[in-house]
Amino acid sequence: MGLLSIIIWLPIVGGIAVIATGRNVSEDGSGFRLDRWLTLLISVLVFLLSLQLYLGFDSGTAAMQFVEQKPWIRAFNVEYFLGIDGISLPLILLTTFLTPLVVISGWDVIKKRPAQYFAAFLILEGLMLGVFAALDALLFYVFWEAMLIPMFLIIGIWGGERRVYATVKFFLFTFLGSVFMLIALIYLYLQTGSYRILDFHAAPLSIDQQIPIFLAFLVAFAVKVPMWPVHTWLPDAHVEAPTGGSVVLAAVLLKMGGYGFVRFSLPITPDASQTLDWLMIGLSLIAVVYIGFVALVQQDMKKLIAYSSIAHMGFVTLGFFVAWEIFAGTGDLAGITMGITGGMLQMISHGFISAALFLCVGVMYERMHSRQIADYGGVVNTMPKFAALMVFFALANAGLPGTSGFVGEFLVILASFKANFWYAFLAATTLVLGAAYTLWMIKRVIFGAVRNEAVAQLTDLNGREFFVLGILAVFVLGLGLWPAPLVDVMSVTVENLVAHIMNPKF
Amino acid sequence: MAFLTPDLNPALAEIVLGSGICVVLLADLFISDRWRDLTFAIAMAVLVATAWVAGGIGLNGVEITFDGSFIADPLARVLKLLSALVVAVVFLYSRAYLKDRDIYKGEYYLLGLFALLGIFVMISAYSMLTMYLGLEMLSLSLYALVAFDRESPVAAEAAIKYFVLGAIASGCLLYGMSIIYGVTGSLLLPEINAALLQSGPNDIVALVGLAFIMVGIAFKFGAVPFHMWLPDVYQGAPTCVTLFIGTAPKLGALALAIRVLFEGLGPIATSWEAMLTVLAVLSLGIGNVVAIVQTSMKRMLAYSTIGHVGFIFLGLLAGTEAGLEASLFYTIVYVMMAAAAFGVLILMSRRGFDADALDDFKGLNERSPWFAAIMMLVMISMIGVPPLAGFYAKWWVLAAILDQGHLWLAVTAVMFSVIGAFYYLRILKLMYFDEPENVIELDAPFDMRLVLSINGALLLAIGLFPDRLIAICAGVFP
Repeated sequence: MGLLSIIIWLPIVGGIAVIATGRNVSEDGSGFRLDRWLTLLISVLVFLLSLQLYLGFDSGTAAMQFVEQKPWIRAFNVEYFLGIDGISLPLILLTTFLTPLVVISGWDVIKKRPAQYFAAFLILEGLMLGVFAALDALLFYVFWEAMLIPMFLIIGIWGGERRVYATVKFFLFTFLGSVFMLIALIYLYLQTGSYRILDFHAAPLSIDQQIPIFLAFLVAFAVKVPMWPVHTWLPDAHVEAPTGGSVVLAAVLLKMGGYGFVRFSLPITPDASQTLDWLMIGLSLIAVVYIGFVALVQQDMKKLIAYSSIAHMGFVTLGFFVAWEIFAGTGDLAGITMGITGGMLQMISHGFISAALFLCVGVMYERMHSRQIADYGGVVNTMPKFAALMVFFALANAGLPGTSGFVGEFLVILASFKANFWYAFLAATTLVLGAAYTLWMIKRVIFGAVRNEAVAQLTDLNGREFFVLGILAVFVLGLGLWPAPLVDVMSVTVENLVAHIMNPKF
Repeated sequence: MAFLTPDLNPALAEIVLGSGICVVLLADLFISDRWRDLTFAIAMAVLVATAWVAGGIGLNGVEITFDGSFIADPLARVLKLLSALVVAVVFLYSRAYLKDRDIYKGEYYLLGLFALLGIFVMISAYSMLTMYLGLEMLSLSLYALVAFDRESPVAAEAAIKYFVLGAIASGCLLYGMSIIYGVTGSLLLPEINAALLQSGPNDIVALVGLAFIMVGIAFKFGAVPFHMWLPDVYQGAPTCVTLFIGTAPKLGALALAIRVLFEGLGPIATSWEAMLTVLAVLSLGIGNVVAIVQTSMKRMLAYSTIGHVGFIFLGLLAGTEAGLEASLFYTIVYVMMAAAAFGVLILMSRRGFDADALDDFKGLNERSPWFAAIMMLVMISMIGVPPLAGFYAKWWVLAAILDQGHLWLAVTAVMFSVIGAFYYLRILKLMYFDEPENVIELDAPFDMRLVLSINGALLLAIGLFPDRLIAICAGVFP
């Protein structure tokens, strides 16, 4: 059994073990709680194992590494085929890094059936890792869809008041998107005779075949990213999900859409991507600008961060699909690489920042049971440590140089400048808008005089919360000041991808 | 003309089952109510012996006997083995339910075994007459089973409705068969095939016969617009009978459809493919949409059956071997899902209380996390979400019809699957997100709990390791 299999299946099997041990949890949750310690142990273990992937990773090649390949469904040439390259490794590390933090953040916050809660996150972790590691399209689809179930339960059981509406909407939106992808995958199988994603990459498809496939993929990934106009499930899901659910949703699930674009849409249907790049760029810019304005008027902090996520993910898709305009304008392959690298960096960075912001809101929500901006004011007076961290994350969200939020946005803006001045101009408005909605929220929530009695009663971060937010702050700052390790891991893979997509398939 | 004894070997499973039925019939006469478990035990032993004979001799090889009107081929052996096992599971689930309602009688097992014999004959029928015999044996047993709880007026109503509509459908089928006989001069499927090959695909009389036969098949499956009986019968019958109707007969109906359409009426395939297309799309639509507004679990599952039948028909209408295999796989998986779903309903029922309303599922996770999880697996499998068996069934059918270029049918099918997901999710919502209305412990014998758990876990096991079952289904059509 290879390392990838272990990090995928250990949390899933562990999750089942956690449910089994959770029967002995007493009503008030006191005493030694094997379930949560086991969860923490497994998630930390998975993180340590995934560091092995990083240490053993050869960033000098674009080939798949840590490959495992066994027949799975012989009649259809489906394989249990795992492997990672420079695109999937950072996302895997992001996932394994955030899961222990999510577990710690829910440590004694979850009162209702905690064992099931922790188990759901462990199983979800395994499935998410499977999505990033699968190199067989059917295996990928299995992980991709299976993930819906734990997420559905997480939002539905531990969510807020309108949790049922939110979670059903989440499920149906994503399910609707994915079934079209399934049809596209089957079609590709009928063309190539296997489900290997790498075979799909090499499949010679005419433009008439590529366009429907591209659109089917687009529906699936656009829902996940989410892109305007199929983004409406996200604010609902985020608002109603428990803190841990929001964190995983924003930090990892959304990245799957972006990952899908670079793993499927671009390399399998490069010519359709070129033909329809106007659509993608248009939708991305709408996300950046229009959703930015929408975020400005939100009253609910979680909703605001959710809309900000959509706007930031607009950068990701912009970075990916601006390639052909750059090529047409300048013939500059380095510029294309910059756009895609920028999109990837933006995904990782947004993973950290959105996770941190949702955790911040979670910290306040546990104390006040309100997410409304209007209920707060002057939090800095009672929670100075918390205020410092939250302001830091807010600045990172606004793209302050020196934080990770800046690097990705800057590269994407630079790349789009090579394509078209107006793209860069519109994309750059996010620096203004992002700063406006984030900082305005900070002003109303954190600063000013103490607004009401409840705020005056607030207690500052406890050790557990400080640890979680502190470690995220270190990473946001670290990646902002020194993104080189991350860029090195992905550079060869991205260059290889660029070379592949710039070659027409027919 | 000398009388030659036909080769009885291919029909060994039927012979064992038939003899077993006689044993049960006789033994039950001398068994008092207190010792009724003995009847159950004998019936189970008969089923095990039958399954052993049906599957034990290996699945390969084709044998034809009784002057060409009976066939034992891999398809027949797989389906017989499975249907015998399914009936055994049904009997096991039903025992406590029957006891609680004071209808724990030997006749339940007798009728069930007769129905199984009918299914066997249908599966192996190679002439239209044998087919009709098998079908009627199955149907008559089922009519009686629906009315098994004599005290229940709803069950009586359901039985009458089933009987009247079923008789009309049987009449249609028989009429269609007689027209085909008139056109081709034979009842044997291979001879019909040969005669139709000669007369060509546009023989109008043959097409009329086909239309009537199609009505019969659609009725037995419960495909729209011949589905009217299904929700009423599912709801009216005692749950243990609904469990029976919802599972094993589908295997027989599939065999019937495959034999008549492919082996008999193959030369006029373009016509029945078009008919199946209409039936499939209507079933997918009506089944999935109408299920949303149901408040009774049994009715909801009835409409969900209709939706699944749409998928099974999609596989058939592909008209290829891959399509048949996909339909076979789908039917097998569907039968397992239905058995588990009705099994949970039986599990939740107790003396004086029949679980049927959707609200009965409220907070099941509080009452029994284990069986809530089993039910969750079943529902997810019915939606078609991996890694449950139901996903591979849908995937295979989609692959088969896409291979034939039916892109729009595939899109229609997945769209209705998404719509259908909603009502399955509602069950999850009730079980997991709502608080229970009562905290009465689920009460069922150990054997039922065990088998039901295996039943549910099997859906997951097939989902994780589908290779074996897919290989079996793919090996059925040589």
